[in-house]
Amino acid sequence: MLRQMLSKPENGRMYWEETVRQMASIGLGSVGIVAFVAVFMGGVSAVQTVYQLVAPYISLTVVGSIVTNSSILELGPSVTSLVLAGKIGSNIASELGYMRSSEQIDALEIMGVNPVAYLVGPKVLACLTMIPLLVVVSISTAIAGGMVICQLTGLITYDQFIEGARSSFLAYDVFFAMCKAFTFAFFISSVSAYHGYHVQGGALEVGRASTKAVVYCCILILSGDYILAELLL
Amino acid sequence: MIQLKGIGKRFGELQVLQDIHASFGPGRINMVIGASGSGKSVLMKIMVGLVLPDQGDLFYENASLGTMDRSEKQILRQNIGMLFQNAALFDSLTVEDNLLFPLRMFKPAPRAQMLERVAYCLEKVGLAGKGPLFPSELSGGMKKRVGIARAIVLEPRYLFCDEPNSGLDPKTSLRIDHLIRDLTQEFNITTVVNTHDMNSVLECADHIIFLHKGRKTWEGDRQQILKSENEDLNELVFATRHLQQYRDQAF
Repeated sequence: MLRQMLSKPENGRMYWEETVRQMASIGLGSVGIVAFVAVFMGGVSAVQTVYQLVAPYISLTVVGSIVTNSSILELGPSVTSLVLAGKIGSNIASELGYMRSSEQIDALEIMGVNPVAYLVGPKVLACLTMIPLLVVVSISTAIAGGMVICQLTGLITYDQFIEGARSSFLAYDVFFAMCKAFTFAFFISSVSAYHGYHVQGGALEVGRASTKAVVYCCILILSGDYILAELLL
Repeated sequence: MIQLKGIGKRFGELQVLQDIHASFGPGRINMVIGASGSGKSVLMKIMVGLVLPDQGDLFYENASLGTMDRSEKQILRQNIGMLFQNAALFDSLTVEDNLLFPLRMFKPAPRAQMLERVAYCLEKVGLAGKGPLFPSELSGGMKKRVGIARAIVLEPRYLFCDEPNSGLDPKTSLRIDHLIRDLTQEFNITTVVNTHDMNSVLECADHIIFLHKGRKTWEGDRQQILKSENEDLNELVFATRHLQQYRDQAF
């Protein structure tokens, strides 16, 4: 399937248009949910960190440090990818599954279009470009959310939060987060496309393929998360 | 001209098609008939290259489909139009965009020129002015006609229709039959139609092959079919007691 996906397009312009359409659908269509989840992720991690800091000799600036680091290393890439596996993964699997069961994929093939390259390629490419951007949005929003909630609830001030965040920031962590984002983007797009593309049957099988795609994506994201941590940290 | 030579197909233990030989000529409506499960759809999928046969080969104007590489198949497919049982229109595109899709993909030209071709095809199928509608806004018969328009938009030499009358009322069925017949004759297309609708067979079949349990057991035209002594064929053609009585009186 991956080999077919990389074959020469019949008409590069139409493939490019489809890729841009997918980028808009995946990127703009998911930015709201990603930001919403991230704000509360940052807020909750800030509140829980303060709750656990019972020793009086630990500076409160450490809250900024922990929220920032956990957002960059784990919450941003991994939790966002799990959310996107549910949203984008099920969408890709059900869209392709429906196209398969309604013979639209056969129609493309009979026209002489390579359906894997035309339908799957742009989705994978769109995920590989948009999911890392969504992860950047998620990390930024989570840190901002944590900072605002700390200030609003009087846990710590903006200055204390920023001081903590700056003190422990490592550019390598951002690189690690982006490695995870690219890997998870590939898992989400390819696994979902595979399950959707190979649906056999009707509506029931399309639903099953969609569920299966999300479950496999989540398993791959969680196991991939551990493997990448072992390899890169 | 399409020629089938000894086509056979097996799915696991089930022999779906066995030793099918047939020739389908241009400018004629070639019908493949048979009861449900007789192997018609598999045979059509083999003819368009969606399924590979286990035995035999098929030839488009003496070019073997079995030995064609991907690029040769792609060129051949641009000469093939297909009407699917449920039309298989792209739901996210309007009628106009459904027809523009193959044109933009394979015969890019100035937009006005492509729109002219789309309008011509829609007019041919009696749907002029329906371009802005989405497939969900069309009736079953209209969807089939859009499917036919999309199938002919690239001016194919071969047209395949899988159960074009399924789910349609008799009047709409007849309209679709006449449309397929007129296009076949006007553009000298080699048309192959899968059906078990005897009205269609008697209305416009020029050449008929009958499949029974995966084998071709009869071949002829629409005049001969009424006088056939093939029992399996007669069970399909004269399915009701009323028709059996009519046959007994007539012949």
